[in-house]
Amino acid sequence: MKSLILFFILITLWLLMSGHYSVLIISLGIFSCAFCVYVAKRGKLIDDEGLPIFFIPRLLNYLIWLFKEILKSNLSTAKVIINGKVEPETFTVKASQVTDVAKVIYANSITLTPGTVTTKMQKDIFEVHALNSDFGNDVRTNEMDNKVTWLEGKK
Amino acid sequence: MFLAGLIACAITGILILVRIILGKTTFDRILAVNSLGTVIVIGISLHGFYSSRPEFLDIAIVYALINFIGTVAVLKLFSTGSLGGDK
Amino acid sequence: MELILDIFTGICFFIGSLSIIIGACGLIKLPDVFSRIHAAGMIDTGGTAFFILGMIFQTGWSLITVKLILIGVFIFFTSPVTSHVTANLARQKNILPLGKKIGKIL
Repeated sequence: MKSLILFFILITLWLLMSGHYSVLIISLGIFSCAFCVYVAKRGKLIDDEGLPIFFIPRLLNYLIWLFKEILKSNLSTAKVIINGKVEPETFTVKASQVTDVAKVIYANSITLTPGTVTTKMQKDIFEVHALNSDFGNDVRTNEMDNKVTWLEGKK
Repeated sequence: MFLAGLIACAITGILILVRIILGKTTFDRILAVNSLGTVIVIGISLHGFYSSRPEFLDIAIVYALINFIGTVAVLKLFSTGSLGGDK
Repeated sequence: MELILDIFTGICFFIGSLSIIIGACGLIKLPDVFSRIHAAGMIDTGGTAFFILGMIFQTGWSLITVKLILIGVFIFFTSPVTSHVTANLARQKNILPLGKKIGKIL
């Protein structure tokens, strides 16, 4: 079932990228997508971690919130760079997610908003470097953590 | 309009090159090269629109992917001294 | 209609240009590696997002729009990975960040 979903995603990508719809090109595309799915299945890559489709229904809501956060922190970072008031600080936060995929999404969301970067992680403790104490407080309030836990949907 | 964007990309590229020349540690230089790659991806797409040949976007996609792979490969080589496999 | 789309494209390109130039200034100005990663993140998110939005206003709906969105998605997914790998490797090589450390760091 998951192999079929992966094949569908790959063939859609092929059709959108190529733009030529002759019989030869499409059959070559079907052949190479099937070969990719075969290799992935043989390497046991198709599971909940390799093809995380369990949070797709809630993904759009999260992405809109994330874009809003990125826009806000872009503005604050620009202000900090122009003012030159840099007081970097380093601290640790605890992630409350269960699966590894959700932890990676949480760490990547922290890194993607400018102003905060995850520099190290051990099990469920992240070390975060922030440009200013305002950015640090944004992470320490755990708002993003709760959002990602909701996105994961295991609790 | 596209020309203005291209000029902004050129100015940004020059500023990033200053950081590549000045940079104290290796990480500064790798970070700056990665940012330069992102700016070049924007520049390729803008140049495609400027000369009204949007087929340049394919090259931009390939450049974005190779930029990522290249940065991670250089960092891995720098950290472990090999690119995997037997030493 | 053409004029309105042109104006939107101009606004998006202006914000994008401002974003990448401020990011590059930050790359020069900020004091250490960990702070510079934030400036590089600004180039990767703000700059590309607004430039690609501006180009989408010019194309309308075609395969070119899909390719632009794909470039955006690639950069959106790969930028945090390179930032994290750079920061993590710098910490492994025992470079400590400037500024205060709150609590016990790893």
